Amino acid sequence: MDPETVDAARVVLEARRISKSFSGVQVLFSVNFELRAGEIHALMGENGAGKSTLVKILSGFEQPSSGEVLLDGERVTFPANGAAEALGIVIIHQEFNLAEHLTVAESLFLGREVTRFGMLDRKYMRAETRRVLDLLGCNVDANALIGSLSIAEKQMVEIAKAISRDARIVFMDEPTAVLSREETSFLFRQVRKLRDRGTSFVFVSHKLDEVIELTDRVTVLRDGQWVKTAPTSMLDGESIAQLMVGREMSSLYPAKNEPDVDEEVVLRVDALSTDYVKDASFEVRRGEILGFSGMIGSGRTELMEAVAGLRHRLSGEVAIRGESVPSGDVHAANRCGLAYMTKDRKAKGLLLNSGMTANLTLQSLGRHARIGYLSPASEAAALERARRRFDIRVRDGNVVARRMSGGNQQKLLLAKVMETEPDIIIIDEPTRGIDVGTKQQIYHFISALARDGSSIIVVSSEMPEVIGLCTRVAVMREGRIVGMLEGDEISEQEIMRYAAGLKKMAAA
Amino acid sequence: MSVNEESIQSTTHRRTWRDVDLRAVAPFAALALLLIVGALVNPNFISLNNLANVATRSAFIAIIAVGATFVISAGDLDLSVGSMVAFVASLMIIFMNSGVIADPALMLTAAIVFAVAVGGACGLANGLITTVGRIEPFIATLGTMGIYRGLTTWLSQGGAITLREPEIQELYRPAYFGSIFGVPVPIAIILAVTAVAAFILYRTRYGRHVVAVGSNSDVARYSGIAVNRVRTIAFVIQGLCVAVAVLLYVPRLGSTSATTGILWELQAITAVVVGGTALKGGAGRVWGTICGAFILELVGNIMLLSNFISEYLIGAMQGAIIIIAMLVQRSLVRKS
Ligand SMILES: Nc1ncnc2c1ncn2[C@@H]1O[C@H](COP(=O)(O)OP(=O)(O)OP(=O)(O)O)[C@@H](O)[C@H]1O
Ligand SMILES: [Mg+2]
Repeated sequence: MDPETVDAARVVLEARRISKSFSGVQVLFSVNFELRAGEIHALMGENGAGKSTLVKILSGFEQPSSGEVLLDGERVTFPANGAAEALGIVIIHQEFNLAEHLTVAESLFLGREVTRFGMLDRKYMRAETRRVLDLLGCNVDANALIGSLSIAEKQMVEIAKAISRDARIVFMDEPTAVLSREETSFLFRQVRKLRDRGTSFVFVSHKLDEVIELTDRVTVLRDGQWVKTAPTSMLDGESIAQLMVGREMSSLYPAKNEPDVDEEVVLRVDALSTDYVKDASFEVRRGEILGFSGMIGSGRTELMEAVAGLRHRLSGEVAIRGESVPSGDVHAANRCGLAYMTKDRKAKGLLLNSGMTANLTLQSLGRHARIGYLSPASEAAALERARRRFDIRVRDGNVVARRMSGGNQQKLLLAKVMETEPDIIIIDEPTRGIDVGTKQQIYHFISALARDGSSIIVVSSEMPEVIGLCTRVAVMREGRIVGMLEGDEISEQEIMRYAAGLKKMAAA
Repeated sequence: MSVNEESIQSTTHRRTWRDVDLRAVAPFAALALLLIVGALVNPNFISLNNLANVATRSAFIAIIAVGATFVISAGDLDLSVGSMVAFVASLMIIFMNSGVIADPALMLTAAIVFAVAVGGACGLANGLITTVGRIEPFIATLGTMGIYRGLTTWLSQGGAITLREPEIQELYRPAYFGSIFGVPVPIAIILAVTAVAAFILYRTRYGRHVVAVGSNSDVARYSGIAVNRVRTIAFVIQGLCVAVAVLLYVPRLGSTSATTGILWELQAITAVVVGGTALKGGAGRVWGTICGAFILELVGNIMLLSNFISEYLIGAMQGAIIIIAMLVQRSLVRKS
């Protein structure tokens, strides 16, 4: 769509001077925002800038403290909790929640079940679910229980749910954070198709390349304030990043630092198999950053969980510094200095109803205990240190994890794992939902750890991250390690070739 | 724009109250309210004597409920505590009647150790059945509830088991009827047990683990916490608390029967919930639990002292309290 027609387009939803406070802490300051018919509008900003809050206000999940929302030029007050759907407004939440015991089809039609002669028309609903999922290139079974899906699959179901509703306005709060390139492109294809039919989208993402690829206009928020709205074509990644953080950014990735070939092998995994993973072998040397790439569902997380002792293995060996680690024994792995950071921060990472301190020290309470007594001073010092080190930004120090912005939750999770001072660290999706400024900090942090002699495994669906950070990259496909790239081989095309099954490792 | 002004006002108002968690305060507010109501109903009510009596009588439920706070915080439930009281008490009396040790003081000491061990073992059994056996705690303890009760009935052959040694009786009496520095022993023990429990729950590694397991056992597992061990230990703590309650119970009547401790599990759970602990786990409030146990006893006392409600309705009243407490808790969650 060229800029002129965009300019001419009608404004469907407008926010005027929206302010919002939570328990007296202001997070949005008189923000203006407008959304035109048939546009994809990116909403950008650092973690905690207030993007999710604005999106929730515009879709009726939160009420503004002051200011007004106009729909088709008329002031509206949305009924509480998502009833804005009746007005054609749907939202894909950042911290989404699907009922775990429903099937995919049930969850897609939740609240608008189709009946025939007074009975649920399951057949139709299943077929319709299949159709929408196929549009998105998602092959989960319509009868599968939500609880059994991976987090990426859940995200796809959530997206399917939203786009199947014939909405006029769709808010997408970081829908691609857990998706791979492949799934993302399916999603974008659908989004463009719907846009061309007149649907408006608000797209929140920290992935600059996606924003540039997909969106028509960009609005940037900083610290709860509106900074700029401009056509995407007039901006590039760098200028958006600068608007977001309010300063100039140096290079995103630190210089790579290859470990010596004769450096000690600290982790050796030999022919490991689980239900899904088959015969995976690899080793990590001291001071190395090893990347794991592959499509969603290629078995990376399952392999790492088996290595970390969070899951039993059917066969194979895991040895840390020559010492063999028993299957399914987290404690043994932890004792040997191995820590695993989950990518599922909501379900497996953080106690959402506890504060920052309780979360931060949960895995390392032994450090704060003297004869069983936990010293509050020592814990407070740890929190202070972690907030500085990981730049965790909250306006209220007593906030519970549930209320923190997504990116700050991620930083807290990383801090929690690092509190155990591991020297082999497996990080599953290190920057999920983190803004560029902080991404840079985390990359430099990981690199510094490696230089100090830690070994790091980075599992990531963000290809640039793996390429920019790792000295070696393993590629997985359907439960097997199909490629191990080094040096100049590490490139997007090469990784894709292995991940898609077009190429296989010669020996192995 | 009246709606918006209202919401601004309410947020600024809450700001001043923000540091006080309403759910933690609610039980104590209810207690204060009850004291006022009681004083209006009958002036004798507010006398130190009467209140000390009430507190003393609440001791059994209070101490058991402290243990239940651990189990419930860890996300489990123990329905067997009432039967366990009867079972442990019966075994303890039978042990003292057996006369295996001649010296009464030594015998009493041994019996106390024995009762604590039996209580701990009963708790351990509950814990292992739920964790290792992977049976829902509700079902597992429903089973042991029947088992402990049935064993008691069998031990007593349907009648009563009575402490026969007068010397031991004499020696043991002060454990319930005596006082330390003017404070009745049961009250002193409630305070001691609660203080220790609060310390464990709030200020030790184990306490944190209990809360973590109760809020989200997956997060706990991924944080390297031995989830089953934490849950099992909570059941053992519950068993030990039951044993302490038994140690106070036996000197009071000197006998047990198949009906000892019937419905105490309900009262203990009520005390825990009234005290502000979430039944779905993840948040334990030990002092609130004590407050809850006291409220239960106080309501009974007020009904007894007042002339316009029959004291036969006490059970119905206690049942109503748990429902009201849940409603209040939920409305407080919504607001915050
Ligand atoms: N319900 C709430 N109660 C209190 N504070 C809240 C609540 N929701 C959000 N906040 C605070 O508001 C601020 C903005 O949060 P928001 O979730 O909108 O950020 P965001 O821009 O979406 O960040 P991210 O990129 O990390 O997702 C944060 O400081 C957050 O802690
Ligand atoms: Mg957000």
